[in-house]
Amino acid sequence: MSTVAGQRRSGTGSGTVSGSRSGTGSGPGRGLGAGALRLVAGRSVMYAVVCLLVVFFALPLLWLVLTPFSPTPSYKASLSGFTLANFEDLLANPQTWPSIRNSLVLSVGSSLLVIVLAALAAYALSRVRIPGRDQLLYALLLLSSIVTGTAAMVPIFLMLFQLGLIDRQFGVVLVLSGGLLPAAVFMLKDFVDSIPRSYEESARVFGASPSQILRHVVLPVIRPGMATVGVWALVQVWGNFLVPYVLLSDPSKQPAAVVMYTFYDAGGQPNFALISTFALVYSVPVVVLYLFVNRRYGFAFQGGIKG
Amino acid sequence: MAPSTSPAADLAPAPGGAPAPAPGPVATTPRARRDGDVVGLGRARAVAFVAPALVLVGVFLVFPAAWTLYLGLLDYSLTGSGAQAPVFVGLGNYTSALSDPAFAKSLYLTLLFVGGSAVLGQNVLGFSLAWYFRAAQRPVRATLSVLVLLAWILPGSVVAFLWQALLDRRNGTLNALIGTTDMAWALDHPMAVIIVFNIWRGTAFSMLLYTAALSTVPRSHLEVARMAGATRWQQLRDVVLPTVKRHILTNTLLITLWTFNDFSPYLLTGGGPNRESEVLPVYIYKEAIIGGHLGYGSAISLLLLLANLVIAVVYVRLLRTREPEAA
Amino acid sequence: MRLPSRATLLVSGLATSVVLSGCVGAKSAEDKSDPKANADAKDVTLVISANDVVGGKNAAEASWITEKVIPGFVKAQKDKGVTAKVTFNGSGVEDEQYKTKLELNLKTGSGSDVFAADGIWLGELASAGYVKPLKDVVGDKPASWDGWSQISKAVQQNLTFKDQLYGVPNGTDGRVLYFNKKLFAQAGLPESWQPTSWDEILQAGQALKKLKGVTPIQINAGVPMGEATTAQGFLPLLAGTGKPLYDDGSGSWQGDTQGVKDVLGFYQKLYGGGLGDPRMQQDKAGRDQSFAEFSQGKIGILAEGDYFWRSVICPSKADCATTSMPDRDKVVGWAKIPAQKPKGGVNGQDFVSVSGGSGWMLNPKTKYPQQAWELMEFMASKEMQTELSKAQIRISARGDVNNETLKNDPLLSFISSEVLPLTTYRPSDEKYNEVSLAIQQATADVVAGKSPDEAAKTYSTSLEKAVGAEHVAGS
Repeated sequence: MSTVAGQRRSGTGSGTVSGSRSGTGSGPGRGLGAGALRLVAGRSVMYAVVCLLVVFFALPLLWLVLTPFSPTPSYKASLSGFTLANFEDLLANPQTWPSIRNSLVLSVGSSLLVIVLAALAAYALSRVRIPGRDQLLYALLLLSSIVTGTAAMVPIFLMLFQLGLIDRQFGVVLVLSGGLLPAAVFMLKDFVDSIPRSYEESARVFGASPSQILRHVVLPVIRPGMATVGVWALVQVWGNFLVPYVLLSDPSKQPAAVVMYTFYDAGGQPNFALISTFALVYSVPVVVLYLFVNRRYGFAFQGGIKG
Repeated sequence: MAPSTSPAADLAPAPGGAPAPAPGPVATTPRARRDGDVVGLGRARAVAFVAPALVLVGVFLVFPAAWTLYLGLLDYSLTGSGAQAPVFVGLGNYTSALSDPAFAKSLYLTLLFVGGSAVLGQNVLGFSLAWYFRAAQRPVRATLSVLVLLAWILPGSVVAFLWQALLDRRNGTLNALIGTTDMAWALDHPMAVIIVFNIWRGTAFSMLLYTAALSTVPRSHLEVARMAGATRWQQLRDVVLPTVKRHILTNTLLITLWTFNDFSPYLLTGGGPNRESEVLPVYIYKEAIIGGHLGYGSAISLLLLLANLVIAVVYVRLLRTREPEAA
Repeated sequence: MRLPSRATLLVSGLATSVVLSGCVGAKSAEDKSDPKANADAKDVTLVISANDVVGGKNAAEASWITEKVIPGFVKAQKDKGVTAKVTFNGSGVEDEQYKTKLELNLKTGSGSDVFAADGIWLGELASAGYVKPLKDVVGDKPASWDGWSQISKAVQQNLTFKDQLYGVPNGTDGRVLYFNKKLFAQAGLPESWQPTSWDEILQAGQALKKLKGVTPIQINAGVPMGEATTAQGFLPLLAGTGKPLYDDGSGSWQGDTQGVKDVLGFYQKLYGGGLGDPRMQQDKAGRDQSFAEFSQGKIGILAEGDYFWRSVICPSKADCATTSMPDRDKVVGWAKIPAQKPKGGVNGQDFVSVSGGSGWMLNPKTKYPQQAWELMEFMASKEMQTELSKAQIRISARGDVNNETLKNDPLLSFISSEVLPLTTYRPSDEKYNEVSLAIQQATADVVAGKSPDEAAKTYSTSLEKAVGAEHVAGS
C-alpha cells in the first residue's frame, strides 16, 4: 500500500517528491537541481492550463449562477440585485417537485436496468465464444443511433400503442433502456476483457464457485466501468425530452426535462426566472448522484487490480 | 470490422520484459483457454446472461429501427395525404438526397464537426483530464470534474441560454471580456462556435470513461516501469496506452457515432446563417419534422449509419496495423 | 450456443416490419363514425388537450379550462342527470412537438376527445384523415348552433377546409406596424403616422436612419424566425400587391410572379439599404432581440401581431419582464399595413393584414360525439369566452365578447374594428407549411445579399418540388 501512496503523491502539487522518483526517475544525465527546475516549470505550465480549462468550462455557466438570483433575469449574464423570489415562484409552481420525482423514477429505473442487463451480457459475450459477436454488437450500436432520431418516433409510438404501454412510465423505461443497451454492453465488455484470465483461473483452482468468482473477482474490476455506464445512462435519460413527452399523455407523469420546456409563453418568450431557477434545481440531483457514485463505487483510483 | 476482442491480446505486455506480478501461473486446460470460459459459466448460463438484454434490444431497438429504415423506402409523412396513403418510392429518397447539394454540404460540415469536436477535441481533452486527475489534488479534481459534468447534464434548452448569454452581440459575456463590440460570433464563425461548444458540452463522457479505464491499469505494471527508469511519458506510451487501447477505440467509436447524430448545434445557430452550420441531424430535423418528410428523414438516417460504418472500419484497421494480434 | 447473426436478425426484423407496415398506411378514415354513439349515456368520460399547462406556457388558458370550463360543464351535465368526468391533458412545448404528438394520437385513434389546434394545421390533418367535418362526427346539431352568428365568416374560414367546418374558432389576431413615437418626434415624423404605400414606409425609414443607434425598420424575414417571417412579413406585403398567395379557384400558388419579386425587392431595400438590421434576421434569437430592442427604444418601426402588444411590451413588469414598457400607452403607436400603392391590395384595398388563430377540434374516434360537441359549444359560449378574455386579454372569435372585453384596450379594439374587416387568412391547403418554408428561405436569401430575381427563382424551384409544377403560377 505504501507504494500506492508514493505513486499518488509523485505527481501532485504537494511539493514532496518521493525518493524513488528523484533517484531513478530523472535519469543519470541530469542533476537534481535541473530536474527540480524542470518540475517547477512544468508545474507552472500545468497550472496555467488547468486554470484556462476551469475558465473555459465555467464561463458559460455564469448565466446559470447569476440569473436565478437576479430580480430582472434576461439573456444577459449579470446580477442586477439579489433576490430569492425566483425560488419562491418555483416552489409555488405545481409542476416542480412531481416532475423531479418522475425524472428520478425514469432515470434511476433505466440506469439500473441498463447496468444489470449490460453487465450480464458483457460478461457472457466476453467469456464465451460466439461467432460474429463483435459484428452483432456493432450493428446494434449503429441501429441505436437510428432509434434516437426523430424519424423513429412513429414506429415506437405505434408499437407501444399495440403493446398497451402508452402513458406508462414503464414503457418509457423499456424504450430508453433498449436504446442505451448496445453502447452499455460495448463499454462494459472492454472492462471484462481487460481482466486477466489468470485471476479467474486461479480462483477456480482454489475451489471458488462461478458465482463467487463473479462476485469477488470480476465485479470489483468492472465496478468503475459499471459506475461510468450507470452515470452515463442516468444522464441520457435525465435529459431526454422527446420520448417521455410523446409516450406519456398524463402531464402528472412527465419528467423535469419536459417541464423545462413549459416555461415559455404562447409566443415563445422564455420565462427566465423560472427557467434558470429550475435548471439549477434540475441539475442538483444528477450532480449529487454522480458524487455519490463516484465516492462509493467509482472512479477514485483505488489501485486497480491489487498486485 | 468491430474492435478487437481477442481475449489473449488483452494482457498488457509488461515493459522491459518484467513479468506482471499477478497471481502465480495456473495450469488450465487448453480448451478452457481457447473458449475463454475460465469461470465455468457454461453455455446455458451464458445464454441466460445474454438473453434479457437481447430480448429488450430486439423488441425496443431492432424492431423500430428496421421499421424506420423501411419508412425510408416510402414517400412517408405524418400529416397530409402522404400519411393516409404512403407511396412506395424505392430508392427515390436516396437518389434525391444524393443529388441535393445541401445534403453534400451538410455531410461535409458534419465530418468537420465530428472530427474537430469529438475525435480530436473531446477525445484528447477527456483523456488529458483523466490522466491529470490521477495525480491531482482532490479539490482541483472535484471542482474541474463537476464543472465538466455540469456542461454535460444541463438540459438543452438551458444550454442554449447559457451560450446565448456568452456569445450575444450586444450583451455577451465574451464580448465584454475581450473588449469586442457588436461581434456576432455565431454568425461570423458558426462552425468554430459549434465545435468549441460541443467540446464544452461532451467532454465529460470521455473524461468519465477514460478515468474508469485508467483505473484498471495495474499499478504494479507502472511500478515496474518506474523502477526500470521510464519517464512519465514513457510510462504513458509503453504501459498505459497499450492497456487502455481498446477503451480508446470504444470511446472514439461511441463519440463519433453520437456526434454524428448530435442535434444540439441547432440550439446555438439553428443551422445558420444560410445553412453554414447545418450538420446532418439538423438537416434531418428540418426535412423530417419541420418539412414533414419523414420517409426522406429515415433515408438520410441510413446514409448517416453507412457513413459511420465506413469510419468504424477505418478506425479498426488503423488500430490493427499498430498492434498485430497476439496469439 | 449460437446467436442469430446480424444478417438474419436484420432480415427478420425487416420482414416483420414489412408485415407491420400495414399499420403505417392504415386508413383510419375508412371506418365511419357514428354521430349517435352513446348519445343517451348517463356516464360520460371526456378528455381535453391543449398546448398549455397550469404553471407554464399559456397558464391563463390552462386555468380557464380546469377552473371554469370543466366544473361548469360537469354541473350543466349533472343538471341533465348525466355524470360527466372531464380531464385536461395539458402540454407546454413547442407547437411542432405538440402537433407531432397530436398526430400520433389521432393516427392510432387514441388521444383526447376535444383538442386545440392551429387553423393552419387543418389542411394537413384533414388530408391525412385525422379529423372529419363536424357534420360527419356530430350530425346536424353543430349547424344549428346559435354561436355562429357571433363569429364572422372570415374567422370561421380559419377552421374551414374544402367548404366544411371542422371545429369552433377560439380566437384570432391581426398584424400592424408598431412605431416608437419618441423616435418619430426626434426624426420629425408625425405622431399619428399612417403610411399609405410602401414608399412612405421607406421614407419614414430614411428619416429615422439619421438618428444615432437606432434601427429604423424591422420586418420579419429569414429562416430562424420561422412562421413569423411568413405571417408577419412576407404575406402582409404580398397581400399588398393585389393577389393572395394561393388562388382557390385555380388551385395554384404564386411562383416567381411580379408580386413576389416586388415583395423581395422591398426586403432588399430594407436590409440592403441600411434601413433594417440584416444580422438580427439571421440570428437564432433574432426575434427576441427585436423585441428587446424595440422595448428599449432602439427600433423605429416593427411589424408584429397583437401578441407583441399584449405579451411582450405590456406595462407590467411581472407579466412582460425585461421587455415590459411602463410607458407603452404613451410611446407606442400603431398603423395599418399599407398596400404597395393605394387601392393596390387584395380586393382593391388600401390596407391589408394577415390573421391566424386556433380553435377546438373533435377527435373523430370519440366515444361520445354528442357530449363532446356540447363541451365545445360550452367552451365557445359567450359566458366562457368572456371568462377567458378576462383572464388574459385577447381577441375572441365572438363579436359580442369583444365588444365588452376590448373596450379598455385601444390597440385590441383597433384591430378588432379596423383591421379584422380587411384581413386575410392563410391558405388551409395541406401544402401550406412547405410553401411557407420556401418563402422563409427566399427572404433569407435576400437578407444575405442575393438579388430578388435570383431568390424568386430559387423559391419557384422549391415551390414546384413541393406542390408540383402544374400548381405554380409564374410571371
